[in-house]
Amino acid sequence: MRKRFLIPAVYAIFLLLPIYWLLNMSFKTTNEILGGLTLWPHSFTLDNYRIIFTDPTWYDGYIASIEYVVINTVLSVAVALPAAYAFSRYRFLGDKHLFFWLLTNRMAPPAVFALPFYQLYSAVGLFDTPWAVALAHTLFNVPLAVWILEGFMSGVPKELDETAYVDGYSFPRFFFRIFMPTIAAGIGVACFFCFMFSWVELLLAKTLTAVAAKPIAALMTKTASTSGYQLGLLAAAGSLTLIPGAVVIYFVRNYIAKGFALGRV
Amino acid sequence: MSKTVNHKAWFFVLPVVLLVAFSAIIPLMTVVNYSVQESFGENQFFWAGVEWFEKVLHDDRFHASLLRQILFTALILAIEVPLGLVIALAMPRRGPWVSVCLVLMALPLLIPWNVVGAMWNIMALPDIGLLGRGLNVLGWEYNYTRQPFAAWFTIILMDVWHWTSLVVLLCYAGLVSIPDAYYQAAKIDGARAWAVFRYIQLPKLKYVLTIAILLRFMDSFMIYTEVVVVTGGGPGNSTTFLSIDLVKTALGQFDLGPAAAMSLIYFLIILLLSWLFYTLMMRNEAR
Amino acid sequence: MAQIVLRDLRHTYMAAPRSDADWALKKLTLEWADGGAYALLGPSGCGKTTLLNLISGLLTPTEGHILFDGRDVTSASPEERNIAQVFQFPVIYDTMTVYDNLAFPLRNRRVGQREVDERVREVAGMLELDSMLKHRAAGLTADGKQKISLGRGLVRSDVNVIMFDEPLTVIDPHLKWVLRSKLKELHQRIRRTMIYVTHDQTEALTFADQVVVMKDGEIVQIGTPVELFERPSHTFVGHFIGSPGMNVLPCEARGGRAVFEGQTIDTANGVSYRGEGKGLELGVRPEFVSFAAEGVPVQVTKVLDAGRYRIVETATNAGRTIKMLVPEDERIPEGSARLHFAPERTQIYENGWMVT
Repeated sequence: MRKRFLIPAVYAIFLLLPIYWLLNMSFKTTNEILGGLTLWPHSFTLDNYRIIFTDPTWYDGYIASIEYVVINTVLSVAVALPAAYAFSRYRFLGDKHLFFWLLTNRMAPPAVFALPFYQLYSAVGLFDTPWAVALAHTLFNVPLAVWILEGFMSGVPKELDETAYVDGYSFPRFFFRIFMPTIAAGIGVACFFCFMFSWVELLLAKTLTAVAAKPIAALMTKTASTSGYQLGLLAAAGSLTLIPGAVVIYFVRNYIAKGFALGRV
Repeated sequence: MSKTVNHKAWFFVLPVVLLVAFSAIIPLMTVVNYSVQESFGENQFFWAGVEWFEKVLHDDRFHASLLRQILFTALILAIEVPLGLVIALAMPRRGPWVSVCLVLMALPLLIPWNVVGAMWNIMALPDIGLLGRGLNVLGWEYNYTRQPFAAWFTIILMDVWHWTSLVVLLCYAGLVSIPDAYYQAAKIDGARAWAVFRYIQLPKLKYVLTIAILLRFMDSFMIYTEVVVVTGGGPGNSTTFLSIDLVKTALGQFDLGPAAAMSLIYFLIILLLSWLFYTLMMRNEAR
Repeated sequence: MAQIVLRDLRHTYMAAPRSDADWALKKLTLEWADGGAYALLGPSGCGKTTLLNLISGLLTPTEGHILFDGRDVTSASPEERNIAQVFQFPVIYDTMTVYDNLAFPLRNRRVGQREVDERVREVAGMLELDSMLKHRAAGLTADGKQKISLGRGLVRSDVNVIMFDEPLTVIDPHLKWVLRSKLKELHQRIRRTMIYVTHDQTEALTFADQVVVMKDGEIVQIGTPVELFERPSHTFVGHFIGSPGMNVLPCEARGGRAVFEGQTIDTANGVSYRGEGKGLELGVRPEFVSFAAEGVPVQVTKVLDAGRYRIVETATNAGRTIKMLVPEDERIPEGSARLHFAPERTQIYENGWMVT
């Protein structure tokens, strides 16, 4: 029994190693990093973090990222809720085809959309705003949210809806007061996955922003190429991007298994 | 659940349709537009028919990227799916360690892709990186910026690090949903661990495994950011996969026609293979 | 086949139990003879599944011993104990044929090919599965699959005891009867010890020679179906068994007789009562309540036609409900009536337990 846990333990170490390395570098000066290999900071410094917290170009990047991720998550889930309800409860003209079409969008390579999106959002004047990225990401997140929510909703028997109507609930009241709390776990899982895909995606985030709404991820790549290798700073910036992810996982840790169990990732 | 027929349900679906159509159809139309036209300078377009498609399909560069992509995806699937399954089987299903394991597994999935790339980029540097230096110390003259093999090694290792967790979490969820009674019955029947795996676990994991394979296929076929940040597609062209090639053509060279044609072919390949998996999945679920 | 003895068995799922309520199974000692058909009957949460799993070896008891034929098997695995168990939902190996499913336990024990074939065909015949042997197990109906589950237990000729954990839960109602009869028939035929866990009294009473009624982790009564019906030793048993269950009415005791709402009632055990007259209840089954010229005054409130008899609900002056079973040809008075309780079938209960 004990031996069995060796495998996940070894794998866990494998997973933590690069993260540890990143954190390690974030507390070193760039000189020390470039100087050679050291397993822990010999000249421990908080400078890298200080720069990020005080320099607007840096922390604006984080704010910009959080902005579009939140907009995207809220938008995707809000729009997906009624749609998922429809797919779960009703049959209507073209429903299967619609569902499939939605799924195919998840299969679209972002690279294919890079240039068209650039032109589209420039044309409607949303270029370089969080809205552009948020909307662009909905292409991939909305189908995902619909799929996940539909899965959870199908687990709730129709009798609940019918009972509510018999009890005199209007549809909006039923939906918000009764139905949504019932599928709260599903909404949580959908939000988690929307957050996940939006926070990590870079290509579109970079293409659709220039200066004002530049997300932190894109800022990092810009810094890397233009001002030479400020590795310590980069490492600190990178380390800070781990935090939102860790926070989100912590909150949904009890639902992760359930969400994946539906197999609707 | 028995669903009632109600065409008014379209109102529920309308916001989603509008949103996704805005994001999908308009750009796609643009792409289709470009793919059948040739441009000379600004705003001068001439009908080109299938010329771009033919050009792309006969282009050696495209073939090369496609082959590299196929090899990469094949390797990824061959490593990540069995590995993910093995780890999921070994993970604890009860007790205090479950949450810890789950959070740990999910962590790599929530790191922005360029940070992932940056992490591995620096870690693999032969003189100052933990991995790079370590490998050199062990005897391999490893330098991923110069050697194609080393570059592939690094990228594959990075992808395994990054995405195996997805397979692990999917398989784990599938395993956890197998009722205890099956394991109990197997115990009573005197079945060994291998028989339990073969006759109980594996059949019940078919659904999640299909999804895992489908997702990893799709996502690895679309890979862009991590690779670009680590190798930039190099050394030379050795790690230039389809997305990278496409972006170079589209945004780099602004060769709109070929880029558009390539985009459509690219999309089509994924759609076709995904559709295959989708029907397999649906057949599984119906059963 | 084995005689099963449970000695001072107690089980809790908690690491540090503090009160009595933390124990899923309170201390019990029980002995089951070889080859009998037993039922564990009780509501959800009464501990019957816990007890079953302790006997089968899927759980190790916190305290106590379990002996099969005198041999202590408390720490033995299910395989070592040589038991078979049928679960609530069919547990079959989907990818195998019916034949392979039945052969599986034998093959795991490295039984020879010819013997495997013999045993499998014999059991398939017993369960009427022989026409399906080559079919994929996954394609059978729920009752077919449960038969396979049962079959896997029967193929092993040396199995000590076969256990059933609410096996008819997923079976269609009209097939439940068929399967129940089949199980009883099987037991007559092969005479192995069978323990059947259920919350359905019909299943328990028709299947078992002896029924163990449980509640809250304790054994309330052990007896034959007739004993449980005619002399329930606890109001819970009276209430749980029978449809409708026994009428339980608060009463007092005076001079060896019970007094209910001012009426003196003769009981079977009234003379044995020596106590204070507090916390007393009167128990009488609807079958043994009849209309009479003298007796407890009631109003007839409801009549339900159940075919061969009618279930009549009446209300006493104090508002208590008394149910009675009236044969179909007897006249039911309207409005007021008086009820007579058959004395040899009426008992006094103190704090739930029958006074002896």
